[in-house]
Amino acid sequence: MSDKHSTPMLDELENGPWPSFVSGIKRLRDQHDDERINGMANDLLGQLEHSYETRKGYWKGGTVSVYGYGGGIIPRFSEVGKQFPESREFHTLRVQPPAGNHYSTDILRQLADSWEKWGSGLVTFHGQTGNIMFIGSSTENTQHFFDEINEYGFDLGGAGPCVRTSMSCVGAARCEQSCANEHKIHRTLVNNFTDDVHRPALPYKFKFKVSGCPNDCTNSIERADFAVIGTWRDDIKIDQQAFGEYVGTKGRQHVIDNIITRCPTKCMTLKDDDTLEIDNRNCVKCMHCLNVVPAALSPGDDKGITLLLGGKRTLKIGDLMGTVIVPFMKLETDEDYERLVEIAEETIDFWAENGLEHERCGEMIERIGLVNFLEGVGIDVDPNMISYPRESSYVRMDGWDQEAQKWFQRKIDERRAAVE
Amino acid sequence: MAKKEMRRPIESGCPDGVQYMHPVMLKNFGQWKYHDHPRPGVLRHVAHSGDTVWTVKAGTQRILDVFTLRKLCDIGDKYADGHVRFTIRSNIEYMVSDEVKVEPLIAALEDAGFVVGGTANSVAMISHTQGWLHCDIPGTDASGVVKAMMDELIEEFKNCNMPNRVHITTSCCQINCGGQGDIAINVQHTKPPKINHDLVANVCERPSVVARCPVAAIRPAMVNGKPSLEVDEVKCICCGACYPPCPPMQINDPEHSKLAIWVGGNHSNARSKPSFQKLVAGGVPNNPPRWPEATLIVKRILKVYKDDAKDWERINDWIDRIGWPRFFELTGLPFTKFHIDNWRGSRKSLNASTHIRF
Repeated sequence: MSDKHSTPMLDELENGPWPSFVSGIKRLRDQHDDERINGMANDLLGQLEHSYETRKGYWKGGTVSVYGYGGGIIPRFSEVGKQFPESREFHTLRVQPPAGNHYSTDILRQLADSWEKWGSGLVTFHGQTGNIMFIGSSTENTQHFFDEINEYGFDLGGAGPCVRTSMSCVGAARCEQSCANEHKIHRTLVNNFTDDVHRPALPYKFKFKVSGCPNDCTNSIERADFAVIGTWRDDIKIDQQAFGEYVGTKGRQHVIDNIITRCPTKCMTLKDDDTLEIDNRNCVKCMHCLNVVPAALSPGDDKGITLLLGGKRTLKIGDLMGTVIVPFMKLETDEDYERLVEIAEETIDFWAENGLEHERCGEMIERIGLVNFLEGVGIDVDPNMISYPRESSYVRMDGWDQEAQKWFQRKIDERRAAVE
Repeated sequence: MAKKEMRRPIESGCPDGVQYMHPVMLKNFGQWKYHDHPRPGVLRHVAHSGDTVWTVKAGTQRILDVFTLRKLCDIGDKYADGHVRFTIRSNIEYMVSDEVKVEPLIAALEDAGFVVGGTANSVAMISHTQGWLHCDIPGTDASGVVKAMMDELIEEFKNCNMPNRVHITTSCCQINCGGQGDIAINVQHTKPPKINHDLVANVCERPSVVARCPVAAIRPAMVNGKPSLEVDEVKCICCGACYPPCPPMQINDPEHSKLAIWVGGNHSNARSKPSFQKLVAGGVPNNPPRWPEATLIVKRILKVYKDDAKDWERINDWIDRIGWPRFFELTGLPFTKFHIDNWRGSRKSLNASTHIRF
């Protein structure tokens, strides 16, 4: 290792009570047995200090991948590599985590061993998309590290215009609000598209996220192209005894102020005998009352999922939330899961065909209109897809009678199916 | 020498989490009854079977060196049955099936410098992007901003004194990888890109750069006899969208790339529908190594929220109730012409009523 770079600004980030990433990088510089890692950490600190001094970034992209894949690596070459040669190549490997982000300490140690053999020794669990980020590898070692961890069950995630790594909440593994097998949905969806993960050939990125209930802990509506959210359609289950005990402890006023009046559809009544009555037909499954008293209120038994499409962040046309495409579907049988995968395939196929370069799925839907998209993927319109109907009269409606007939026919078919 | 045979990848995709899951979680998968919150940083989940699992949540520096990762593993082996998981805000969670293991686990984490907390109505760990440490287009750092801010907010992470949970996010450019937050601290450029015309022809695919601009302010041009691009600086909204596909369109500026603060982003469906964050403060200096001006505004917003909001109100719920004029009055932040939206759909954000609080 050359002389240690002086880092007066970064040293300021070693003060204060929160754990310091700067101290961690210095440990790699000063205490690691491998001189390669010492040198990488030293030059990384030097470049970062240079960024702090000049308020500018000095990494540029490039093309790095592993044999057989076209993506999964974030290539980083230093623009100031002459000054900081040992971290000149500092690529990140995006590695898909186990669904639900569960680890044994054994597997974490195995990953740490592999990573210090080939990389910088810096790692993050996880990046914003949900990947394990192994930060800092030379171009050559990228292949070696991947080969090693791939042998014991880890695979690269997405980078570039492709299906990206997915994310699911802890869900059924530990949460009473879970209405779906998040774990299975996550793996069923993303592992159906491994080719589209590893070989970027879509208009832009495409993300799946899975939350087990409408609390949406994976932020799927806001940031996934394809959001799967667990829900239920029968009555909220009330343990009246537990609820009564809660009222007894907290008082009626507290319950009225924190539960009854917070219901967005005003569908709850606190009775004189401290029991709770819910107008379940008007419950929108917002989760608030279940969050406040999880010991007394639980999701119903008729569980399934709601599917929303098209969420994304700012670029290019502004933030978009996902919109409802399937208000409710059961996910119990193999056929149910096959249907979910089929919707994902048809969505991606239609978008790959019709999306412009660098256009997210939601932006395409915004451009062509929801109805054109629905017709493209063969999904019927549903009033749950909108907040309110059209306000503008500027529309051509000469097909009204046929469209109305379709609606009535669907209702007849649904009733028949329900009887059978 | 014979050409070396390359190893073909095993396209295994997302690994099965079940193999690493804590045995009590696996045994009671889908059979949880309820949870409670014995103390900040600890959750207790009870299954229909009667089994109970305690979860201890801790904040870390997120950019982990292998020494720190192994230290977290040592704690997991000694105090927590050898299983962990990570939350989407990069906290580590340890699960134990016996209550007597909880306090020693907390003590071990705190002795090692980690911070137990982040549950329920606390200020959660700031969601975190890459910044100067690794990104190719950042206007600021991420790890440093988060470290400096969490130093100041640590008591709010360790305790549960907020009306409801507070999710803070940062983003180092206007692509906004940090996502929606109750409070978001995001880079906001204030000047059009400076173009290095000598490089454009060699580095950039010009039609795709033109196509990236949200307001059609970029057009092809010949400059000094070379094909390049020019920007209509009156139209330009300084978003930086042209910079990733064309690095010679230098948007990052040590002086004029500022920070802006946004509030009220909420991804949950609880009570109200999910909401986008709204601009409240701009012109905040991008001031490493500790960004004190940004932290000051965040702390001021948190104080007013803590004092004025009702239990269970997220920041967006609270402002919906008290109205925006009162938000600006209570926080002392200036209301400017920049707060009035003029992007597509912005008419819906105007007050077309006499609903006014006096």
